[in-house]
Amino acid sequence: MGRQAILRVSEGRREEALKILLRRFLEKGVVEAILIPKRLPSGEGVVQSLIRDPAMMDGISLLSPTMPVQSARVASYLSIKNLSKRVALVLKACEIRAIVELSKFLQVKLDSLFLIGVDCPGTFEVSDYAKMVEKGKDGFEEVIRGMEKGEEKPPEGFSFRKACEICEYPVTQGDLWIQLYGYASEREIGLEIGERLEREMKEKGLELEEAEGSKQRGEVLRQVIERRSRKRDETFQEFRAKVKDLGAFLDLFSTCVRCHNCMVACPICYCKECVFRTAVFEHEGDQFLRWADRKGAIRMPTDTLIFHLIRMSHMVTSCIGCGLCESACPSRLPVAILFRTVGEKIQKLFDYVPGRDVNEPPPVATFKEEELKIESGAI
Amino acid sequence: MGDFEPRIIAFLCHWCTYTGADLAGTTRQQYPPNIRIIHLMCSGAVDSIYILKALIDGADGVLIGGCHPGDCHYQTGNYKARRRVAILKGILKELGFGEDRIWLRWISASEGKLFADTVTKMVEELKKMGPNPMRRLWNA
Repeated sequence: MGRQAILRVSEGRREEALKILLRRFLEKGVVEAILIPKRLPSGEGVVQSLIRDPAMMDGISLLSPTMPVQSARVASYLSIKNLSKRVALVLKACEIRAIVELSKFLQVKLDSLFLIGVDCPGTFEVSDYAKMVEKGKDGFEEVIRGMEKGEEKPPEGFSFRKACEICEYPVTQGDLWIQLYGYASEREIGLEIGERLEREMKEKGLELEEAEGSKQRGEVLRQVIERRSRKRDETFQEFRAKVKDLGAFLDLFSTCVRCHNCMVACPICYCKECVFRTAVFEHEGDQFLRWADRKGAIRMPTDTLIFHLIRMSHMVTSCIGCGLCESACPSRLPVAILFRTVGEKIQKLFDYVPGRDVNEPPPVATFKEEELKIESGAI
Repeated sequence: MGDFEPRIIAFLCHWCTYTGADLAGTTRQQYPPNIRIIHLMCSGAVDSIYILKALIDGADGVLIGGCHPGDCHYQTGNYKARRRVAILKGILKELGFGEDRIWLRWISASEGKLFADTVTKMVEELKKMGPNPMRRLWNA
């Protein structure tokens, strides 16, 4: 792993300290642009912004526990065609893990990108976040402070997104990692710098003070991951108990309005032309009647069950569990839990952890000669 | 239920299993007529969407036939089909429906008898399972 450094924070102004650090990246030309969460003028929302002018770094809000879009998609838009300049992206762990997956499918080019990750305590729904701000509460100040001991709690009356509560990846790898767990972050924030970025920084005359990291960080992270893994296993168990057969599955998904929002929000669903939006699913009028004739009646519009199952069979091996599918669902269907529960089994089948390593080929793009024998029942 | 005749949709690869099915015919192998064959160039061309569409529309079973591992005319199509089918069956198993109605089998061009035996066996198994409940399900 990379080198450890410390960022001093004065008067508890974490964002300010981070702003000064990252602004220097721009000023010194370590990178030529930074993609970073920035507060909107209304104050209620935080969005990703691509910053070129160092002065525009005012109002950045990279610690805000909200995630309006999956920035892996943004990384794809940015890097896939003719990006010659170096760009740093400030991201949450699930966004980096999604980028790792997308790069395997040739949808992100990592060459000009530097990935900067931040310890993630979990995120709130965009609407909840707006409410928290409206109430005049920097509710998340407590969240961030709680991270020192791994005891982050949502402000009263709010809860983290379900996908975040069961996410065992508050941390993953990046070119720079901003560490909050295990640190009294109103005074200091840990930094772990990867070799590639460090080289670039040195070249531009930017060096960070090397320092020993927090001693308790390892233990705090272990506890957080354990807590979330426990919650994850409980959630899986509950879901499995609920969805035992086809009838139960259909009941659970009966309020699906077939808007395809889950697919639009999903960072892994990258197909430019999804089969569900092609002529394949534009059936002839008489065809509908033939189906209705066979079954007596059919649900309209058709192809609801098949949509979920096919989407799953296409991308569940790479599902990193960000849960934005569920956040995007107008019927609040447990899509994220479905994908994670099923994903656990399928990913295990191939000993695959999505987002773990860019050099690990995704299960759908590779095979082993000796596997999945007929006798095993898998096929 | 005694007179239930299952309907099987089969996706067979051109180079091995389809030719094997042909051989079963020319060598007068007997097998039940419960199968409707769809001819593809490779088992690797079978998307899970074909399999599910057949099942949701009420087919009682889906058979995918390809070349034996190592024998694919396109080198690796059957290995990819194998993973795809394993993923789909894994999903259905986790959700508690239908996975045992899907069979992937390796049958070469010279194995007419194996083709006939496979269909016979599959029909037997499907008869035990009974009709696919999705056939009557209007709300999928």
